[in-house]
Amino acid sequence: MAQGNEQIMSDQRAKTLPRIAGFSALFFIALVTFGAFAALATRATTGFPLSEIFTDAYLGQVIIFTLWQATLSSVISIGLAIPTARAFARQSAFTGRDSLLKLFALPLALPALVGVLAVLGLWGRSGWINQLTGDLLSFSIFGLPGILIAHVFFNLPLATRLFLSSLERIPVENWRLASQLQMPAGSIFKFIEWPVLKTVLPGIFALVFMLCLTSFTIVLTLGGGPSSTTLEVAIYQSLRFDFDPGRAVTLAVIQLAITLILLAISFRFTKTLPDMASLKSAMPRPDAGTLSARFFDLGLIIIAGCFVALPLLALVLDGLSADLFKLLTTPAVLKAITTSIILALVAAILCLALCWAMLKAIVDQNSFYAKLVSFASSVILVMPVIVLGSGWFILLHRFGDVFSFAPLLVIIINALMALPFAHRILGPALMEASLKHGRLVTSLGITGWARFRLIDFPVLKKPLLLAFAFAMALSLGDLGVIALFGSEQITTLPLLLFKSLGSYRTHDAQGLALLLAIACLLILYTADKLSRSSR
Amino acid sequence: MRFILSLLTILAFSINPASAKPTLTIYTYDSFTTDWGPGPAVKKAYEKTCDCTLKWVAIADGVALLNRLKLEGTSTKADIVLGLDTNLVVEAKATQLFEPANIDVPSSKISKLWSDKTFIAYDYAPFAVIWDREKMKNPPTSLQELVDGPVDQKIILQDPRTSTPGLGFLIWMKTVYGDKAPEAWQKLSKRILTVTPGWSQSYSLFTKGEAPMVLSYVTSPAYHMIAEKTERYAAAKFAEGHYLQIEVAGLIKTGKNKDLAKQFLQFMVSPGFQDHIPTKNWMFPAGKTDKPLPDEYAKLISPEKLLLRDPKIVSQNRKAWIAEWLKATSK
Repeated sequence: MAQGNEQIMSDQRAKTLPRIAGFSALFFIALVTFGAFAALATRATTGFPLSEIFTDAYLGQVIIFTLWQATLSSVISIGLAIPTARAFARQSAFTGRDSLLKLFALPLALPALVGVLAVLGLWGRSGWINQLTGDLLSFSIFGLPGILIAHVFFNLPLATRLFLSSLERIPVENWRLASQLQMPAGSIFKFIEWPVLKTVLPGIFALVFMLCLTSFTIVLTLGGGPSSTTLEVAIYQSLRFDFDPGRAVTLAVIQLAITLILLAISFRFTKTLPDMASLKSAMPRPDAGTLSARFFDLGLIIIAGCFVALPLLALVLDGLSADLFKLLTTPAVLKAITTSIILALVAAILCLALCWAMLKAIVDQNSFYAKLVSFASSVILVMPVIVLGSGWFILLHRFGDVFSFAPLLVIIINALMALPFAHRILGPALMEASLKHGRLVTSLGITGWARFRLIDFPVLKKPLLLAFAFAMALSLGDLGVIALFGSEQITTLPLLLFKSLGSYRTHDAQGLALLLAIACLLILYTADKLSRSSR
Repeated sequence: MRFILSLLTILAFSINPASAKPTLTIYTYDSFTTDWGPGPAVKKAYEKTCDCTLKWVAIADGVALLNRLKLEGTSTKADIVLGLDTNLVVEAKATQLFEPANIDVPSSKISKLWSDKTFIAYDYAPFAVIWDREKMKNPPTSLQELVDGPVDQKIILQDPRTSTPGLGFLIWMKTVYGDKAPEAWQKLSKRILTVTPGWSQSYSLFTKGEAPMVLSYVTSPAYHMIAEKTERYAAAKFAEGHYLQIEVAGLIKTGKNKDLAKQFLQFMVSPGFQDHIPTKNWMFPAGKTDKPLPDEYAKLISPEKLLLRDPKIVSQNRKAWIAEWLKATSK
């Protein structure tokens, strides 16, 4: 009897602590996002012009265009990412596979403007395609095509990697079964792959959609004119020359509402993860070996690979034209690199801590809490950075020099910005692990740090390090937040790059972009190395 | 973790070095304070004369600077704000944070156009269409020719809703075309490759060879001639005249070091400050210089006529003009 009570109590404790941690993380996210919102709203001098906004024909056009380009961009990115991920999953051993997949994480980390310039290196008026074809084709991508190409460049590799990581978790038993039954490729997709993809598809789609929905620099720079504008631009504009916090808050609420509706729909379609308890051991897939499969897969990988790698190559070649040695011996550059790495490192740690805390508190995937976590991890993406920045400025400037809070704000906002990515990498892996041995571990009474060290970390090392690397690379490439809070003292690599572009120093900027890309690749490479090393 | 925390603390506290000397705090835009901008040289030159510490606080750009002031109100730490342009001074005055500094402003080329007592000019440059000699042969010689020219030779512009040069060009068009501006914009929109959120994006696209023309400043070719030793880029001289951007600084009413601030503003129009403008801020100096302008500046075009609208008119009409532009160009 007494023993039974003790068991129940330790069960309770095992559930209470993660819950407290989870709710604290949620509260923290709500505070950072909605606190800024509320603070900005207090400065609304002209009220909240909701009816005016709804009757504004131009704004209506903007909202329609925002949704239209975001839908097209995400449908294309996801539509291409699924077969690409499948090709990578089937061909698991070709030379260069790992390097290519590392390159696939790179666009995500590039500031939008750098990505735009990279894309133009391939597709632009003076880009390689136009140069090679001479005046034969002589095309211009400015307009919707440019927006779509750039969005696919940023999101296809991201979505491919996310889909691939779930395909790679398909248990080996399934493949054994498939090979015994001599399943054709179609059936394999239908019965083995699709059920797995289906569980992550709504989340990945929502992520890509939100990234495109709030796209700013890409849409304006490549859009060709004011008819290609997103709601994000309108929000930014209302806090620039007009400085109208009421309008900004109202527009941001509209953007948030659109996202909420979208997320609600995506939850509606989210399926629970199938039980994938498995012994980890590699087995070649039965459908990978046929000649036609190889031909098809490699063709797809080459096309997607070129689409992603060639703009990056253009970036590298441009970067080599800069005086890299001089850059690397400039104190300002070295300081920026150090600052960038410290800020990104801390942001990645905070991001993972928040993500871990929220995910560990999920008991049932269908619970309201689980959905709240999913929502909370993404909400920051649709919070315009300028709203966050101005809001926190209003809140903090009474307590002293806002610049002394700057590193902290940059870290916190960057950590939250990386959260949706970390969540999508870590979430499925953690669910799978807890399905596999969660009950056993709990019944053995292993909790807290011991559980993390002995059970979770060894099993989840790979997704944890991947999520960490993604979060760090993402923070390293941030320009939105640092542009608001940066100063001479706190200057990161992307900010220095942007300042160089702002004072004609194009070559320096190209060199800095190359350094940034190298730094991101080093992070991804290190994380990969660490995840393979034995304990 | 502890290592990181201590580094963060260093990062956070290195901002406020303790010092017994008075500190003059000047808010400015961030390209002013970069290593290659005039900020560091000006600081060094001024600190020699004042027995004080000059602290630059860099904020993205002129518009962000004004918004920062609006957010801070009377609690602002600024003694001086340096880097607004004439289109922003009406809103800046409305914050009631500025007061006249009463300093002697030497006369210059722009004295007739700008003689505000509160906002003192430190540099200026007319806007201009910069063209690429490798991509086109006959640049437009007037705004009219730009509007009417061949549609396959594109120009990159900036968005007047987010960028000061973008707003400058909008006013330029309005000043030349008046009520006919929408028709002119409609025609011109066929020649516009794209409209970027800021100057940096358009200029990067331009130097990447995406279009043969970009809206920038008369002084832009000076950078390419001096720093890159190339005459590839030139400004097109327009018969209707060129709209002017004047950058100004003002004294903050609630500043703690007003005398020092006034002294700085006087220094600002003297050679110690002005000599750094042509090759570090790439603008024309608005005050006295000791050094003559670099030879390359002699090769720049000199507009026959400089255009500048009354800031009050700009401020009253900005929204309407932007709406008109949106309607004409977004189809």
